[in-house]
Amino acid sequence: MLNCLKKPLLTACATLLLASTIPSNNALAAKQPLTIDIAYLHYQPERPPALSNVLPEPEDAGLAGAKLGIKDSNTTGRFLKQKYQMSHTLSDDPAQMLEDAKARYANGQRLFIANMPSAELQALSKALGPDALIFNAGSQADELRSEICLNNVLHTTPSRAMLTDALGQWLNAKRLKEWLLISGSQPEDKAYAAALKRTAKRFGAEIVDEKQWSFDTDLRRTAQKEVPLFTQTDEYDVVVVADERGDFGEYLLYNTWYPRPVAGTQGLMPVTWHRVVEQWGAAQLQRRFEKKHKRWMTGKDYAAWAGVRSIAESVTQTKSNDAATLRQYILSDKFQLAAFKGRKLNYRDWSGQLRQPIPLIHPRALVSQSPQQGFLHPVTDLDTLGFDKPESRCRMQ
Amino acid sequence: MKFPKFIRSALPAALMAVSASSYAAVAYVSNEKDDTLSVIDLDTMTVTDTIEVGQRPRGITLSKDMSKLYICASDSDTVQIMDLKTHSIISELPSGEDPEQFALHPNDRHLYIANEDDALVTVVDTETHDVLAQIDVGVEPEGMAVSHNGKWAVNTSETTNMVHWIDTSTYELVDNTLVDQRPRHVEFNKDDSLLWASSEIGGTVSVIDVESRQIIKKLTFEIAGVHPDKVQPVGVKLTDDGKYAFIALGPSNHVAVVDAKTYEVEDYLLVGRRVWHMEFNEDESQLYTTNGVSGDISVVDVDKLKVTKSIKVGRYPWGVVVKP
Repeated sequence: MLNCLKKPLLTACATLLLASTIPSNNALAAKQPLTIDIAYLHYQPERPPALSNVLPEPEDAGLAGAKLGIKDSNTTGRFLKQKYQMSHTLSDDPAQMLEDAKARYANGQRLFIANMPSAELQALSKALGPDALIFNAGSQADELRSEICLNNVLHTTPSRAMLTDALGQWLNAKRLKEWLLISGSQPEDKAYAAALKRTAKRFGAEIVDEKQWSFDTDLRRTAQKEVPLFTQTDEYDVVVVADERGDFGEYLLYNTWYPRPVAGTQGLMPVTWHRVVEQWGAAQLQRRFEKKHKRWMTGKDYAAWAGVRSIAESVTQTKSNDAATLRQYILSDKFQLAAFKGRKLNYRDWSGQLRQPIPLIHPRALVSQSPQQGFLHPVTDLDTLGFDKPESRCRMQ
Repeated sequence: MKFPKFIRSALPAALMAVSASSYAAVAYVSNEKDDTLSVIDLDTMTVTDTIEVGQRPRGITLSKDMSKLYICASDSDTVQIMDLKTHSIISELPSGEDPEQFALHPNDRHLYIANEDDALVTVVDTETHDVLAQIDVGVEPEGMAVSHNGKWAVNTSETTNMVHWIDTSTYELVDNTLVDQRPRHVEFNKDDSLLWASSEIGGTVSVIDVESRQIIKKLTFEIAGVHPDKVQPVGVKLTDDGKYAFIALGPSNHVAVVDAKTYEVEDYLLVGRRVWHMEFNEDESQLYTTNGVSGDISVVDVDKLKVTKSIKVGRYPWGVVVKP
């Protein structure tokens, strides 16, 4: 019948057969397809030049993940008469982004994936009605999980506190209890440093010294001279670094006064996702992504993908495309998402945060995954990462 | 290897019967990360040979006459055919990309192959090497089974969370059953009335009525001292007498023993680390489990429900078959 098969020809063969298999889904064929519209909003402020020549983040980080989520969901949707479609706006102008979102909302759009910093996300949440359902795939701000509670926002990207707790547990398990904290001067560096301090307190680490990196020189040629002096403090077990943009952190490794590991935003990193994650079927997700987008899948891609997949999973279970119905299901204990992190994921019903294990990586290998063994919790050990219910003021309605 | 085989064929049948089940029976184990097969002599319980095959071998299955072994060489994008007399690869089948698991139709010719990266099931004629059909299924097709009566081919898709029912007379997908997250493996019972489907991340096994394609029972598992999220059912094996179902529970390092009539879990057996797939010996007195992380095979005494031995094989053992 189909002798056309040689490896590259599969798609052609597939298309031939597609026509014959689809209409035969007997029981479901009679129903009208259920259409699920998702809008992807990406506000990207102008990126200042990093002082080290780090590898730049791809322009479409996030969007590419959402697109894969749509593709995955449509493959499933084919059998259930669901059709997922996504439109997107990328902008470097927050006001224009907000206008665009409002216009979409006025047109009936309710499901959003947002990739933007905390302030813009707060404005978006306010501008869209309480019946919108926004998945935050961009901001790791702790305040959004503890103080500033947005009732129409669910977070698929982990908070900074989840990341630093994941690292803190590992350091604790390794008995690396005395930390030298070095942070950059950007607001996000301060936020990361604050998260590290909270973690240190939680897991019994001592910050022996705290230094702010204020040099504005390019370190590429001088790190070997500058960094040892800068890190000559009381003795420490580990250097923890808060440098989200990558201005100087890369140059701390192997240059510290004491020969100690570096962890945090550089060195051993707690991340949402990374190419080195390949367990639990993740290799398949990585391969699908690379095939489609010709690059590695980033943490933002993963968070956007998880947002789309959360929508699709709840649509499949509730057979509805109504945002309120989906939101209620997602926040219930029935919801479960298989997301290639080795166990099923669900959302914290107080803050709308997706519970998830955090990989600890270096650029070429997975080192560990937190929660670490032995960190116990009465509900789930995943809640040993980030703001637990008693620590958060958020109570989703 | 060759010597005992020669003796076996030369001996009178009466003599053979004395130790038929243990005499020179062989288990083949695919080692996913070594690109090899381990050959285990089930009489001495030792690895007698390690054979190089294609890249990332996962699913393996025997031809009905036990003369050939089909091997999913996932990263070589092919299904290899090994002659079991010579242990050499005699041919390759056009399998489609990234073949992971497959099932051989009782007609001994039609091989149903799950193509994990392409969301397809490919049907190949093992004699003519023709591709008979390619059927669109959900994302990451994995588990594959053909009913004993040859009527149904069933596939599970891991990310779509469905069991897809394919009519083997038309190669058409005629129905889907939604199951829990990440379905991995399917197994028909002997009279083809029930289908057992494991859901790895959901942590459940669904027992599906074949007639209605509806779930009639969902099994859950609970192991003292193991976090429920680590209880991840993958492989399923049913005894022919209808007494037991064995469920491999992945990273919990246990195999559940289920009463196949009452669906009660009777016991949990501690095996090696990350247990994936299983196979019985011919008289079903022993069960062999592949343990990926510890890189070994556990041997379970089916009557006593005890783990009696572990045998070191290659890295990441995945599939296992037994040639009596």
